[in-house]
Amino acid sequence: MNLPGIEYLSLGLGIVLFLAGLWGIIHQKNIIKIIISFSVLDTSIHLILVSIGYMRNRTAPIIDSAVSKTDAASQVVDPLPQALVLTAIVIGVGITALMLTYALKLFNEKGTLEIDKFKSLKW
Amino acid sequence: MIRNSFLVLITAGMAWILLDAVSGYQSREYLNDLSGYYATSGPEETGAANLVTAVVVTYRGLDTLGEVTILFLTATIIGFMLRTSKRREGSVRRATSEVLVTASNVLIPVIFLIGVYIFLNGHLTPGGGFQGGAVLASAMILWIMSQSGTKVSHSLLEITEAISGFGFVFLGLLGIILAGGFLDNTFLSLGTFGKLISAGAIPVIYSLIGLKVGAELSNIILVMNETQEAEQ
Amino acid sequence: MSYTFIVIIMGIIMLVMAFTAIYHKNLKVAVIASGIISLFASVIYIFLAAPDVAITEAAIGSALTVVIFFYVLNKIRLTDDTK
Repeated sequence: MNLPGIEYLSLGLGIVLFLAGLWGIIHQKNIIKIIISFSVLDTSIHLILVSIGYMRNRTAPIIDSAVSKTDAASQVVDPLPQALVLTAIVIGVGITALMLTYALKLFNEKGTLEIDKFKSLKW
Repeated sequence: MIRNSFLVLITAGMAWILLDAVSGYQSREYLNDLSGYYATSGPEETGAANLVTAVVVTYRGLDTLGEVTILFLTATIIGFMLRTSKRREGSVRRATSEVLVTASNVLIPVIFLIGVYIFLNGHLTPGGGFQGGAVLASAMILWIMSQSGTKVSHSLLEITEAISGFGFVFLGLLGIILAGGFLDNTFLSLGTFGKLISAGAIPVIYSLIGLKVGAELSNIILVMNETQEAEQ
Repeated sequence: MSYTFIVIIMGIIMLVMAFTAIYHKNLKVAVIASGIISLFASVIYIFLAAPDVAITEAAIGSALTVVIFFYVLNKIRLTDDTK
């Protein structure tokens, strides 16, 4: 049996999770649900980026006894997407906390989080 | 019904775009030029064994500065939005369970130590400032949950954050004066490759980033916790 | 090759959890499901040779985010009895 490599699997998984998160964002009516869908979408983007940086039969980008210093370029996976995802995760938690704060303020103001019940912006 | 079919159409369109983007994806055999440069000359130029750290702190250090700024702004906005002056009078605190208090007295110092270990060794092993800062913030969660009576001082966190943020930018500027450019780490000696005191300014900068991230995330948690006790 | 099977199984669980996170009526269950997605993603990062990202995702995605969600959910539940 010929199985696909794990980079293809995780790439496909990332795309399906991306679509699931997008569907949740545009379909759900509760603001907390929208934020949960956003965090699913966030995770999926990280998964896609990391799996694009993966290369087969190579190891983590750390020079130690397994990776020689001179020949690192042919032994390690791409360090650049990992560095970008590292910052993206930390920004993600900040953005999620900010959105939750706005949702809490909105709830204190209006008493509900169902977006169908907000009438003030409708004409 | 019309709305739902419209939403399905949007999702299908997004799926088509994504599939189109990745349909030509092949598992790569070689690093591209930029990543190859980072992998080949990273250990020589920066002295860091962890290439991700070399990229985050020196080559893409400006990105990290922007990222820390975004985190600072979110923490500030959250503190501003959830600022509470009144405390609910006569609210009965539920007493924290004995098991949690005893266990956290043992665990909190260990978790703090692990966090400090992670960001001090960021240039040698997996880990670094962001990971260590997150671990420090999780120790803070345990502290807040177990010691529900004591108040954690905001100003201590703010001073930690201000000093580490200032130190980060200051070391970056020292790089311009004493070495090749902003956030160049070679103005301190590169030392022996693979030792704890090596890689120039990278351990110092990453420790400052760790303290700053830890203080900011703890501040967010603390403000969120204080809203639980406040009046509407 | 045994990694492939582990990734397939975890992928199926992650998809089920994504469905739960988006469609479950109880918000607490939905938040925990999204935390589980992050936790399994961090295991997949280990297989993809990215230990740095795995540590960050495990500490932030599955711990800090869930705690922040619960603080807000608790505040909303305290004042809203209908949900």
